[in-house]
Amino acid sequence: MGIEKMTMPQLGESVTEGTIEKWLVQPGDTVNKYDPIAEVNTDKVNAEVPSSFTGVIKELIAGEGDTLEVGEVICSIEVEGGGASEESSEETSDQKVEPAENRNAEEKKTSDEKKSAPKNTNARYSPAVMRMSQEHDIDLSLVEGSGKEGRITRKDLQKIIDSGEIPTADSKQPEPQKVQEQPSPSKPAAPKQDIQSAPGDVEIPVTGVRKAIAANMLKSKHEAPHAWTMMEVDVTNLVQYRDSIKGEFKQKEGFNITYFAFFVKAVAQALKEFPQMNSMWAGDKIIQKKDINISIAVATDDALFVPVIKHADEKTIKGIGREVNELAGKVRAGKLKSEEMQGGTFTVNNTGSFGSVQSMGIINHPQAAILQVESIVKRPVVMNNGMIAVRDMVNLCLSLDHRVLDGLVCGRFLQRVKEILENTSENTSVY
Amino acid sequence: MPVMSYIDAVTLAMKEEMERDERVFVLGEDVGKKGGVFKATHGLYDQFGEDRVIDTPLAESAIAGVGIGAAMYGMRPIAEMQFADFIMPAVNQIISEAAKIRYRSNNDWSCPMVIRAPYGGGVHGALYHSQSVEAIFANQPGLKIVMPSTPYDVKGLLKAAIRDDDPVMFFEHKRAYRLIKGEVPEEDYTIEIGKADVKREGEDITVITYGLCVHFALQAAERLAEDGFSVHVLDLRTIYPLDKEAIIEAASKTGKVLLLTEDTKEGSIMGEVSAIIAENCLFDLDAPIMRLAGPDIPAMPYAPTMEKYFMVNPDKVEKAMKELAEY
Repeated sequence: MGIEKMTMPQLGESVTEGTIEKWLVQPGDTVNKYDPIAEVNTDKVNAEVPSSFTGVIKELIAGEGDTLEVGEVICSIEVEGGGASEESSEETSDQKVEPAENRNAEEKKTSDEKKSAPKNTNARYSPAVMRMSQEHDIDLSLVEGSGKEGRITRKDLQKIIDSGEIPTADSKQPEPQKVQEQPSPSKPAAPKQDIQSAPGDVEIPVTGVRKAIAANMLKSKHEAPHAWTMMEVDVTNLVQYRDSIKGEFKQKEGFNITYFAFFVKAVAQALKEFPQMNSMWAGDKIIQKKDINISIAVATDDALFVPVIKHADEKTIKGIGREVNELAGKVRAGKLKSEEMQGGTFTVNNTGSFGSVQSMGIINHPQAAILQVESIVKRPVVMNNGMIAVRDMVNLCLSLDHRVLDGLVCGRFLQRVKEILENTSENTSVY
Repeated sequence: MPVMSYIDAVTLAMKEEMERDERVFVLGEDVGKKGGVFKATHGLYDQFGEDRVIDTPLAESAIAGVGIGAAMYGMRPIAEMQFADFIMPAVNQIISEAAKIRYRSNNDWSCPMVIRAPYGGGVHGALYHSQSVEAIFANQPGLKIVMPSTPYDVKGLLKAAIRDDDPVMFFEHKRAYRLIKGEVPEEDYTIEIGKADVKREGEDITVITYGLCVHFALQAAERLAEDGFSVHVLDLRTIYPLDKEAIIEAASKTGKVLLLTEDTKEGSIMGEVSAIIAENCLFDLDAPIMRLAGPDIPAMPYAPTMEKYFMVNPDKVEKAMKELAEY
């Protein structure tokens, strides 16, 4: 019995890595040569990897979701006879492994490195080769060199150019992020941090949504100079009004009328009046968006999504309330589609839902501002007539991209939101 | 077309020019009655007499100086240095006077003189009969330096040198004198000074050289062809001023360049050729520019083994070519 290693196959020209989408076998399974053992996707194709050997799956070395370079070991297969290494040392060639013999691991490793090194690893190109490869868009990693120690010569390229079969690097794009992405084209940047975990610590791999959140937050915080302002709003009348219609509304419409719907509506209305707030930084220009699409932040236990209420200015409080309700439900059920997170022009974040009274939001890139609606709390307030009264107060916290917006317009905008909210009463229709 | 040796082409060119233009005369050590130590002026004394074929004392500075004076007065002297090694006493005359007179006199005076000198090793000549001295003169604007490789080029270039209105150094490889034979047209022709010549077309590597080394390169190229490599050989012919256009074209053609000279390596004319390539051909280069030259030793030794070590030869050239071709 011997052990053979299956490696990540080269699934097409210019493909350098593949992601194990799904294992089709388990350790202990018997496979025949050419049986599919895993589904792999690359930036070009999705394919099944056939087994190169007949035998029993010994170990799945790569996990589902792992991205491996072509030639890296994905699993080991126990085969009849045909000797191979018994050790589980790194083996990067899909050639038959030489018997382990008495070499120590160190020696083995270095020799493996040598063996597995593709011919052009030194990748030192002459000026002529560089120029020609650029002029003809030739991917040099796919060219077999005929020069000294496998060097790619000018003549090698000339032959390729003359033959007309040019191995290009055209489709060698970064792998698209498949996770539910926030409406940002940014790619997660994940510089490795040198933090060691102690025994007992839980390591949570940064993947999917977490990765996208990290990247977007980092991008926004890095790119947009954030400024912050807060306004106190007396929503006593709104609270009374909402409480008075709550029961009847639920009965009639089948869902709760929340304070948040009132806030989103007020913001949408104010945005219409202050279109500067509804804009984006686009490098050499600022784009003022026509549509008012409000992103709302919806948290799950371990992630945050920002579905979008499109044309919020055209919707009633009830309509907004329904949509918030539906979107939140979809998020929690994991059914939110990525298009439902796209096109937001301004974000309203219901931080009050978990008791916060003050917070500094990070702008949802590439929008220009984010409004945090904090908890409604009862406070003693000095009224206009000099009396002290117990009022329902809420803080509205606005983070703004100071490239796009200045304090004055934001102040006026917040004033307007405040005005709308403070004037919400039984005369306000939710329909 | 008659086949003649390199030295016969030298003699023929002088003879024809002396017949064509009576201002042309020859002066040098033993050039008259003896016809020169290499017999380069053989027969000229008999044909043109002692007034036009003048034996001089053993004083190179005088040979050059008399020639310069005569040239400035309208004559067309051909001054022969018996060996290029002996030119040193005349260097002051050549560089300080001949090279500069036109510039210094604002075109009032000129010096249409040819200085012929046999150079080069491989003839068991030892220290003072084997040197390559061209680099000494190769940064003197005002001089031209011609170093032909074939009898055809010798005749055409020597005639052009004699007709040139400014001083021309004409270095003849002494080993080529009787070793190299080739077809030479009977008719009158000249070859433009300052123009290089492709002696062999090839695709894999480019060899740029001049003088006797051209033949080493051609022989080695023939052998390399058996290995499947084709060699492009550019003969500079004039090493000052250099034919930059031809150098750039030849170097760019293959991107792999071997520069070949019999001179000692450092400070040789090939450093300049290399600089021209580096300045102009970077994005066509496929290998480092390679030089094969004599070792940096004061002069060529006498002992045959030592001389062989010093001299460039077809074996050394072939080895270097192959290394470059396989790079």
